[in-house]
Amino acid sequence: MDAHSETSDVSVDGHHESPEEFKKHLRSYYVVFVALLCLTAVTVGVAELKLARPIAITVALTIATIKAGLVAAVFMHLISEKKVIIAVLALTALFFALVMALPSLTLYEHRHVIAGMGN
Amino acid sequence: MSDTVIPYMVKPHPVTGIPNGKFGIWLFLASEVMLFGALFSSYVLIRSGAPHWPPEGGLSSEILDVPKATFNTAVLITSSITMVLAWASCKLGNLGKFKLWMGITIALSFVFLIVKYFEYAHKFELGHTPAHDNFYAIYFTMIGLHGVHIIGGIIVNTYLLTWGSKLWKTDSVHFTNRVENAGLYWHFVDLVWIFLFPSLYLL
Repeated sequence: MDAHSETSDVSVDGHHESPEEFKKHLRSYYVVFVALLCLTAVTVGVAELKLARPIAITVALTIATIKAGLVAAVFMHLISEKKVIIAVLALTALFFALVMALPSLTLYEHRHVIAGMGN
Repeated sequence: MSDTVIPYMVKPHPVTGIPNGKFGIWLFLASEVMLFGALFSSYVLIRSGAPHWPPEGGLSSEILDVPKATFNTAVLITSSITMVLAWASCKLGNLGKFKLWMGITIALSFVFLIVKYFEYAHKFELGHTPAHDNFYAIYFTMIGLHGVHIIGGIIVNTYLLTWGSKLWKTDSVHFTNRVENAGLYWHFVDLVWIFLFPSLYLL
């Protein structure tokens, strides 16, 4: 039998599947692809509405997060990934959140300095 | 020593449950999250501290080329699915289809860079260099760093399409794992762009 034959089982993240079962995954890739293109169109469309900045930022980043979630879950297979990877990413997310929170601390300090200058 | 073999490159490591290469690429991507995270954090700090953004007035969407960036977003999303199809072709034992999808992925990567070249060239013609103001400094730094990642992906993917594919004949599972790892990196590059596009061009 050919070593690369389609008749042998296919392993995805440790789960053995027949080639027919594996091909079902391909459908989900196409669905996510279309969803990503549609969400990109929505992002640009909403930007054209020239909403108030806080609302525009919230909407755009929410859509971006949904798109990123689709890429990570389906294209990067995080939906069925091992716990060790999820743990590494959870720790990364925590540190990412801390880094993103740093500007708010600095701005808080700036406001106090500016308020102090007014006295 | 030339005959040294890195362990658990094909079989899962007994502790992590995944091959070492895959664990390594995820740790690398975690460090990449922090690299781009530091830049996004700096962007928030600089932007929220500025009286007007962009400093020269108007809106980001009026200053930057949104149609080109939207086109590039579609190009990167398409390259992400062609990349995953290249990996799926390996899983199904079809090297010919792998080469087709990987070739398309690399071609789309070049399309992205060519569009970016025209965008940058136009900005330089107008004298809008990174030294112009904080807006352009952030724009060139973040988009430029992302562009460097695109070039890195092209190098790895081209290797897998050419010399690297010789591994298929001797160890197809190991080769498929390498394609998967390259794919994880490529999807991450797409993921970063998903946030860069609205943050810099639209908001």
